[in-house]
Amino acid sequence: MQPDVAQNDAERKRPAVQLSRAGVSFGQGDAAVQALQPTDLTIDQGEFLALVGPSGCGKSTILKLASGLLRPTTGAVIVGGREVAAKALRVGMAFQNPTMLPWLTIEQNVMLPLKIVQPFRRDFARKKRGEYRDRVHALLADVGLGNFAGSFPWQLSGGMLQRANLCRALIHDPSLLLLDEPFGALDQFTREELWGTMQNLWTKRRPTVLLVTHDLKEAGFLGTRICVMSARPGRIIDDSPVTFPRPRTVEMTFQPEFVALNQRLRERIIDARSETMEGV
Amino acid sequence: MPYALKRRIWAAALIVGFFLLWEILCIAMDISDLIVPRPSQVFATLFARFPVLLPHIFHTLWTTMIGFVLGVIVGVIIGAVIGTSRTAYDTAYPLLIGFSSIPKVAVVPIFVLWFGAGAVPAVLTALAMCFFPIVVNIATGLATTEPELEDVLKSLGASKMDLLLNVGLPRTMPFFFASLKIAATFAFVGTVLAETVASNKGIGNVMMSASSNFDVPLVFAGLFILAFLGVALYVLFSVIEGRFVGWANRRDDFAST
Repeated sequence: MQPDVAQNDAERKRPAVQLSRAGVSFGQGDAAVQALQPTDLTIDQGEFLALVGPSGCGKSTILKLASGLLRPTTGAVIVGGREVAAKALRVGMAFQNPTMLPWLTIEQNVMLPLKIVQPFRRDFARKKRGEYRDRVHALLADVGLGNFAGSFPWQLSGGMLQRANLCRALIHDPSLLLLDEPFGALDQFTREELWGTMQNLWTKRRPTVLLVTHDLKEAGFLGTRICVMSARPGRIIDDSPVTFPRPRTVEMTFQPEFVALNQRLRERIIDARSETMEGV
Repeated sequence: MPYALKRRIWAAALIVGFFLLWEILCIAMDISDLIVPRPSQVFATLFARFPVLLPHIFHTLWTTMIGFVLGVIVGVIIGAVIGTSRTAYDTAYPLLIGFSSIPKVAVVPIFVLWFGAGAVPAVLTALAMCFFPIVVNIATGLATTEPELEDVLKSLGASKMDLLLNVGLPRTMPFFFASLKIAATFAFVGTVLAETVASNKGIGNVMMSASSNFDVPLVFAGLFILAFLGVALYVLFSVIEGRFVGWANRRDDFAST
């Protein structure tokens, strides 16, 4: 067990994601709704950033900016040293809804990114029954789905689908993993179980992760750093590192330091809410 | 008794019962076979004339299949274009609905005028009859594809073609097969329609000449053949459908078709 804030300098040189004065508004003129105030945010390589805040605060907007699904109205978003949407990125995504394609088996679903993303795509026809299949099976075994490769999505429980979803997001070794409340729809016990699964995957592969959640406990369990956002239009009001040793356990979330962190962040969010209420 | 078997027995009983009722009503009400022949007469005619009818059956069958295959190709292409583009959807729909509203009987003489009597007008009428349900179903399937399903691939940098091949089309397959079953029967209607108007071969032509000779049992024999061919095609596509889109029918009471 060692504090995971220590990262080597070479990795730190180029941030994985950089938002500079990136803002988003929908609609035009007087009808425009500002979803995200111009925001500065840097995520370093190998970091696990948890973004928390009340619903509708623009957490998912930041995530969409990083994925290239959305372009900023103002400012710039640089991912992996390039402006987003300028070129296809090697990003993995998982949403709250597992969105497995119902006509494919779990194996085929997880393999899908290899069919789309270069350089895997080039050899897909040749390797899909060999190397890629082994790769998918190994990853599924890592999350405890080894026996379900041939099953169809409707045969799996919500928690199992979400495990498969994480596998699909990671199969192509993305440099950036974007998670949008992936455990939000699960029951408490399944959720805590999946935190453990996620932590294992992260410690094993060390991708840069941006996790959007409204669960402070989840953020503290998984993150190396937590950013707190205010209500709409969103902005970042708190940015703190999380230094608890790994592997973290659910028991640790009941210890005083952990609870204290939760309390402090909770107050920041409540303060920010009342500020915006007064503003209105 | 397993449900599937029970259902099959009931379906068969209904068909037999239908013919029995028909037979009994004809005898009881003393209906002339010049108006409505008894099913027994029709089947007798069918068996007696079968060697003569066979080439006509094949003629109708292959004309229908060519028209159907062309209709599927045209329908899938138009449906794919309309279903993937909002603009195309809004622009092309009025024209398509207008075209499909034209009674196809009215179009046959035009085809005959252009290509002469024979197989070509029949193929074209079959095509014209059957492509519209395919267009509508493909377009609907593509247009209603959940954006979440596509987002997964979009975030990977998938092209529009990738999305169509990996999400849109597979997602549309249940719609496509549903429309194939309708289109297959429509194609038959189209072929026979053209054959009754202008052809010297095919079941439609046989029925036309039989009715002008007051050979009513033969007319009905033609009807029976058409019904049988229609059912046969429907079953064929149901089987293929079960193979390809079994994932969409996982309710127990639907799965055993």
